Amino acid sequence: MVAYVLRRLAFLGLTIIITSLVIFIVTQMLPGDVARVVLGREAGDEALAAFREAHGLNDPLPVQYTRWLANFVMGEWGTSLSTRSEIYPLVMERLKNSLLLTGITMLIAAPLATVLGVLAGLHEDKPTDSAISIASLAVVGLPEFVTGLILIQIFSRWLGWLPPNSLIESGATFAEKWPMLILPAMTATLVLLAYIIRLTRAGVIEELGRPYVRTATLKGLPRHTVIMKHVLRNALLPTITVIAISFGWLISGLIVIENVFNYPGLGRLLTFAIDRRDLPLIQAVAMVTVVGFGLANLIADLLYAWLNPRIRLSY
Amino acid sequence: MLNIQGLSVAYEQNGVLLPAVRDFSLSLAKGQTYGLVGESGSGKTTVAMAILGYLRGEGRITGGRIEFEGRNLLTLPQSERIKVLGKSIALVPQDPMSSLNPSMRVGAQIAEGLRYQLALPKEQATRRTLELLELVRVPDPSRVARSYPHEISGGMQQRALIAMALGVEPELIILDEPTTSLDVTTQAAVLDLLRSLIHDKNTAALYITHNLGVVAQLCDRVAVLYASELVEDGETQALFQNPLHPYTKGLLDSVPRLGQNKSGYELPAIPGRIPALTERPPGCCVFAPRCPVAIERCFSERPILESAMGDGQIRCHRWPEIASGEISHAVKETFAPVKARTSTMGEGDVLDIQGLRVEYLVSRSITDAITNAILGRPTRTVKAVDEVNLSIRPGHTLGLVGESGSGKTTLARTIVGLVERTDGVVTMTGLPLPSRLSERDINTLRQIQFIFQNPEEALNPYLTIGETLQRPFITIGGKSRAEAREGARRMLEAVGLPVDYLGRLPGRLSGGEKQRIAIARAFATNPDLLIVDEPVSSLDVSVQAAVLNLMERLQTENGSAMLFISHDLAVVGYLADRIAVMYAGQIVEICSAETLSEFPHHPYTEALLHAVPGIAPQPLGQTIRLQGDVPSQIDVPSGCRFHPRCPRFLGQVCVDVMPPHQQMEDGNWIACHIPPKELQQAQERSYRGGGVE
Repeated sequence: MVAYVLRRLAFLGLTIIITSLVIFIVTQMLPGDVARVVLGREAGDEALAAFREAHGLNDPLPVQYTRWLANFVMGEWGTSLSTRSEIYPLVMERLKNSLLLTGITMLIAAPLATVLGVLAGLHEDKPTDSAISIASLAVVGLPEFVTGLILIQIFSRWLGWLPPNSLIESGATFAEKWPMLILPAMTATLVLLAYIIRLTRAGVIEELGRPYVRTATLKGLPRHTVIMKHVLRNALLPTITVIAISFGWLISGLIVIENVFNYPGLGRLLTFAIDRRDLPLIQAVAMVTVVGFGLANLIADLLYAWLNPRIRLSY
Repeated sequence: MLNIQGLSVAYEQNGVLLPAVRDFSLSLAKGQTYGLVGESGSGKTTVAMAILGYLRGEGRITGGRIEFEGRNLLTLPQSERIKVLGKSIALVPQDPMSSLNPSMRVGAQIAEGLRYQLALPKEQATRRTLELLELVRVPDPSRVARSYPHEISGGMQQRALIAMALGVEPELIILDEPTTSLDVTTQAAVLDLLRSLIHDKNTAALYITHNLGVVAQLCDRVAVLYASELVEDGETQALFQNPLHPYTKGLLDSVPRLGQNKSGYELPAIPGRIPALTERPPGCCVFAPRCPVAIERCFSERPILESAMGDGQIRCHRWPEIASGEISHAVKETFAPVKARTSTMGEGDVLDIQGLRVEYLVSRSITDAITNAILGRPTRTVKAVDEVNLSIRPGHTLGLVGESGSGKTTLARTIVGLVERTDGVVTMTGLPLPSRLSERDINTLRQIQFIFQNPEEALNPYLTIGETLQRPFITIGGKSRAEAREGARRMLEAVGLPVDYLGRLPGRLSGGEKQRIAIARAFATNPDLLIVDEPVSSLDVSVQAAVLNLMERLQTENGSAMLFISHDLAVVGYLADRIAVMYAGQIVEICSAETLSEFPHHPYTEALLHAVPGIAPQPLGQTIRLQGDVPSQIDVPSGCRFHPRCPRFLGQVCVDVMPPHQQMEDGNWIACHIPPKELQQAQERSYRGGGVE
């Protein structure tokens, strides 16, 4: 298992290096001169040259890249071009918000989707299955902003239970925050639900047909023991992996939902940065996203291996 | 104790009920071992699953009763039935790996049934589990109990499942092809175990298999099923010596036995194939279309099951004539008989291999390399083939036998060019053969063709048979479209299939027919060498002989040489001129096929010979059984690689020194430290009686 962890860590390291390279090259190749963008149209040639010299923009690209990556690792992410403030604390605050929303979404989505998926799988092609499958597909067919708007309509306009937007102030306590988290989390849940349900359902159906289930049944074990001890132990392996991976996706992938609810997370920060062509900020958010995604994948792999003796014991 | 009366089972397909078992009756007494023989599609597994109440979704019982100790299982409420099942009837399934829960320790899986059925407390169940594992002769019970299924070998998995079945001391054990997925040597050991356990415990057993040899070794009585019908039933010895039904007769004759060779014996093949579920009309004899003695009545009237010859039963209109010897029901060969072979066909060797080694790294990715560097672990290499020398003469067949993991398939793939060799010289008709497929010219590609084990996967499902057969003519032969079409038609005729198959997709063909297409494709380029990897092991028994005969006939016509790989010594002995025996990546013996049933042999070959379950009564004497498994190809044993398992182990010399190749008559040789004369004496003694020292 130690070898496996090391192997996955090496894999993660390579992934991050390669994607950082891509991010660096792409942002370098964007049209426009950084010095000109920062200093503005009226800057004279001397000022531009001085700026380039000071920021190492005349160095060869490999040197620039290494310096950029080293600075990123040490938390020196520079200043935002549009807000003129330090990027690191800004991104970290947004990251915290994103993690909070992701966590709450997962708390709702994971158990709900798993239970529904297992139910559908156990009652393959029966009314329960059809109801769950059709309903979840119908929900996922709607774009997130539509589901989000419908939820706002119901829960804040008609019922008035929850606020329609989630403008969280920095320094707010959890008690102040949580009502604002529910609607975006519910919207994200609806997006995830269908996918996890389908996967779990397929897993359960596949495992039910395997010969070891017959072995267990013919031992004379009651059906619920067969399902709990034998079927689910194996059927839920892919589900667990996908839930862990979704974590990475949720951290940065909620761009639309965060915009609908004005939620101050990474997704909205990214749209903000792109709007203003704020290169250092875009780079920082992209890198945080890559690391988050990579970590989520790492956790998914490790969980899978830990739960699956065939992988755990072969390293 | 078990009494099945008129059982009928049907599968529903598109709203139509297709009978899978028709009017099946059988009664099993306490302590009796009953064999249920049939090919795939005969309904034998359906019978077992009907008894166990575990029919697949669309399967349903349409008639009859299954009585177990006086109670009709079919009318029992589900809760009662589960109790009977877990405690009184146990199943040993076909595929041990997938029949065990992959994420649960083996011991826990055995203990689970004990705790539930016998209400044993945890410690007692654990203790009993270890006792059971010892009973099924597992070498290190506590280690196996702690293992997950994938950590132990197939033989050990099957023993664990047998332990699980025996644990609750059932009155009836149903064994569904329990040794089919195992190696011959493991199969032999598991059969020994089952024989003694069933005998000791006086348990009744229903043994389902397609392997007649296994039935002969294990069962008191045998029932033969064909296409949903019970066609014959009787005492094993009597039935095998004097089969009355033409199907039973054909089945017995079409399986090559040890000592038979194509030069002296022609394998009679049953023509045609087993009809699909949709092609089994009720008002006639199901075997009539394939039967050598069918008369008009057989096509218009279904024969009934009659008592015949002692306490046997038979379903055939013509059995009285067969029994009295008036007519012969032996199947006649459908192809022209194989011509006598000339011993020298051309000069020199088609293929010559010198010092071939195939090795590869266990872990090949960058991340693996980084991990190994951090942990300071050496990079391990798999030695799949090591120092192999072989040659094949034109028009000859070299048989290659060995257990799985011996490296025989890797060797074949290296010759074909699918695996790169690490070292060694390979010459093809006098010219060096490049290692990589991409470096071989078109003529070399034409020269070497192959037929793989599983015809289901060997044909592209989206190409029609015609397209598949035209391709070699166009890509290798450089022929025009019209010529290729003509060639495809010719090849299809050569393998005995109707011309309208050209437009069909592989999905509509049976396994045997697909294998014929694969054979036609391989012969289309008129190859000098054909590599054939277990061509019949996935086919039904009754079509195997026809496929073997077909290959043999085409080979003689083309003058192609053949490397024939199989784990089945009897089949190899039948089809080959010379035989190479492979163990742990090395050739340990080369002998001529005629001398296969004579001694001396390498001790490994001897053990393989002892492991073949024969239809004839086994020779007296101490049978030799191998312990353990083929060693991993990463840590190969020192000296003679066979020494850890060798029943004729000499001493330190076997551990330290690579055995010399000892030449014998006919160009036979063995790689062993024991002088051939001594081996011969000892082996003849133990094969005929006397026992191993």
